[in-house]
Amino acid sequence: MSGKKLFIDFAYSLGAVFFALLLGGVLIHLSGYDVREAYLSFFDGAFGNVYNLANTLMMTIPLIFTGLAVAVGFQAGLFNVGGEGQLYLGALASALAALFVRGLPPVLHIALALAAGALAGGLWALVPGYLKARTGAHEVITTIMFNYVGILLVAFLVKEYFKEPGRADQTSMIPASARIPELIPDSRLTWALFLGMLAILAVDYLLKNTSLGYEIQAVGQNLPAAEYAGIDARARMTVSMLLSGMIAGLAGSTMVLGVLHRFINNFSPGYGYTGIAVAVLARNKPWGILPAALLFGALQSGGMSMQLFARIPMDLMTLVQGLVILLVAAPALLEILAASRRRPKEVTPDGRDPDGHLQHQ
Amino acid sequence: MGTDALRMRGITKRFGRIPANDAVDFTVAKGEIHCLLGENGAGKTTLMKVLFGLHKKDAGEILLDGRPVEISSPGDAIAGGIGMVHQHFMLVGRLTVTENIIAGREPRSGFLLDYRRAREMVREISGRYGLKVDPDARVEEISVGQQQRVEILKALLREAELLIFDEPTAVLTPPEVQELFGVMRRLKASGKTMIFITHKLKETMEISDRVTILRDGRKVATVETARTTPARLAEMMVGREVELRVARPEVTRGERILALKDLRVKGADGRYRLNGVNLEIHRGEILGIAGVEGNGQLELEEVVAGLLKPAQGRVWLGAEEITALDPGAIRARGVAYIPSDRLRRGLIGSFSAARNLILGSQRGRAFAPGGILRHRRIEEEARRLVADFDIRAASVHEPAAALSGGNQQKVVIARELSRRPELVVAAQPTRGVDVGAVEYIHRQLLKMRGEGKGVLLISAELDELRALSDRIAVLYEGRIVAEGPSGGFTEQELGLLMAGEGK
Ligand SMILES: Nc1ncnc2c1ncn2[C@@H]1O[C@H](COP(=O)(O)OP(=O)(O)OP(=O)(O)O)[C@@H](O)[C@H]1O
Ligand SMILES: [Mg+2]
Repeated sequence: MSGKKLFIDFAYSLGAVFFALLLGGVLIHLSGYDVREAYLSFFDGAFGNVYNLANTLMMTIPLIFTGLAVAVGFQAGLFNVGGEGQLYLGALASALAALFVRGLPPVLHIALALAAGALAGGLWALVPGYLKARTGAHEVITTIMFNYVGILLVAFLVKEYFKEPGRADQTSMIPASARIPELIPDSRLTWALFLGMLAILAVDYLLKNTSLGYEIQAVGQNLPAAEYAGIDARARMTVSMLLSGMIAGLAGSTMVLGVLHRFINNFSPGYGYTGIAVAVLARNKPWGILPAALLFGALQSGGMSMQLFARIPMDLMTLVQGLVILLVAAPALLEILAASRRRPKEVTPDGRDPDGHLQHQ
Repeated sequence: MGTDALRMRGITKRFGRIPANDAVDFTVAKGEIHCLLGENGAGKTTLMKVLFGLHKKDAGEILLDGRPVEISSPGDAIAGGIGMVHQHFMLVGRLTVTENIIAGREPRSGFLLDYRRAREMVREISGRYGLKVDPDARVEEISVGQQQRVEILKALLREAELLIFDEPTAVLTPPEVQELFGVMRRLKASGKTMIFITHKLKETMEISDRVTILRDGRKVATVETARTTPARLAEMMVGREVELRVARPEVTRGERILALKDLRVKGADGRYRLNGVNLEIHRGEILGIAGVEGNGQLELEEVVAGLLKPAQGRVWLGAEEITALDPGAIRARGVAYIPSDRLRRGLIGSFSAARNLILGSQRGRAFAPGGILRHRRIEEEARRLVADFDIRAASVHEPAAALSGGNQQKVVIARELSRRPELVVAAQPTRGVDVGAVEYIHRQLLKMRGEGKGVLLISAELDELRALSDRIAVLYEGRIVAEGPSGGFTEQELGLLMAGEGK
């Protein structure tokens, strides 16, 4: 990947974000609201002061994990749409590990709860991954189905076995030793932000510097060539699905251990799905995940304050978010899909050879 | 020859800092077949893409029939009477021949396509130039040679006067090449002008009127075909004398390295692609497999490499049976494999040249002890191979997809031959590479033979087979129909055997 192309991608995405906000402004105006006020409260809500910024970053954290999860799957050519389900399994597993294992010192307790979340999310993705590798069952279908099964399973378990007395379907609060400490006092932003960056760093290292990462990418970029090189494509697909699910599971863990401090049914506003948009916007580059997740985090927190202070209905805000996805992520998604369809025949994912000359097909 | 159909003057095209075309002057007379020659990466395709509006030139001008024109898109080129026969066809497989040819020029009745009239249009134009096609066949069901005709008809229907053929023969069988030449001659007789790119000097000598040679993006010369020789052309392309035929020294034949016993491979349609093949290769020997592609060659190379499992039969490497081993295990036992489809099998386009040069060795002590890639070592190895094998790349970090075709092939060959193999499976090793590289690859294969390795050479080039092989086996419809010392066959005999008419 050349630096120039990277820069163009970045500039394009930035332009598209502005255009989406502009279009959103037109819509807000047409609906009879004050555009200036709307966007002022948006930016104030997203970045206005330390606490608002902390709030934005808090919402960014799960998106870093779910976005990274999708990106890891993509490296092996797999489209993991099951982030949401994996997130819920990870969240519950972490909550249970936090609640039922007692007497551990804080750092160890947190580590154990995180490991439980990663394990649960990973196992939940492993099944579709294994089915894909063994039988060719399409991972998009199976992971979507596993979302439903997973979310309902978790809801059932909580209701039936782990519910705290009271009306809400939620567990009791986890002990202090399992809570991820906050980064800024009195905010909900925790050290999990660095955990997210650590995950990015680890994935980046894996892809660039290890045999396993090389092989996962080979499988994703050119399956026949990977077979030629003696790579066990099925095993690599399964492993990358496992990794992807583990990372998605951590998204749930950090929510439970850092923000909610308990498991609550239906707590996620769709972090798993937004992660797809994040990954697409980041072009599946590990370090691209950070700014992409931040953008969607800001849209969420800014949107809330727009609703609160400019009294703009949430629907309109959702529409603006939709515009961003449509303009920023959709073209990139099309590009990725087109490249993956072309892949068997052409070596140029950048579409450099429209005449398909044999030499450079 | 009258006026010039095309004049390109001072054409410069840069990719980054490196010029792919450097002030190239190129003139094509009306009604001639003009051959464009040059090494891999010399800039032939680039020049043609500038002409067809697929690349924006940095400098220079283009004149068609003496008039300056501005070509900034293929649409402009087509309007100017230029047609390009793409190497990799841009056809829609599920549509019929007729639908493909008339796309964008559909005769209509009301809103609907007037298919009857469309078919008539196709009939008329294919009759006029003797390009036989079945107008109602679906494109995905016809042969590559026929698809190429559809491409030509597409250009002709758009009233092209100047046709560009970029390596059209690379994918054709010898009889199909002859058919194409017949078509080109008829087109010439009806006044069309053609530009023809090939790496096969024999074809240049046979079909062209004049030849222009490019080297490193610059024009070297334009000569009349009748007044030159293949050796002179090769020298102008490469800048030194090229041995068009390398010598094959005597080597004593060693023990058996590969044995295939009664191999049978079934295709998806249930028919046998390999039907009882028995072959042996000894150390210090090159066994050539002759045959028209599609007679089991692909299955043969993939079975030996372990990518395809035979329905029946056994494969032995030395004293060990390898029939059931996976490709990685076979590779680890010293089988190097140059696949016929280098882009699909042999390279990962988005990976850098350096990463491609360790494909297959991405694990193990050499480059990744403990599963951690050693970038310094990988880069050193890449630089060594780039120098040894004369791979022309801006840097070893360049993605493989950005290399010219011949240089991609050299990456595969360098990688495979540098691993101290015991057996080399080389399938179509010189397809699409220039004469200098052909010489080089031939030398390398002979060197392997000299070092006591076995070589399985699968090739559609009879010259290549006869020059390199100790023995030749002819593969026809999945069976070995003849086998013997390579001196025992004349070219004619081989041609007949390959067509299934031998004995
Ligand atoms: N889109 C591109 N981006 C960067 N470099 C390019 C691009 N297209 C071509 N090149 C470079 O320009 C040079 C000329 O390439 P070109 O494809 O014209 O060669 P060619 O003469 O057609 O070679 P071959 O016989 O191998 O097809 C090569 O060094 C190639 O790597
Ligand atoms: Mg070319």
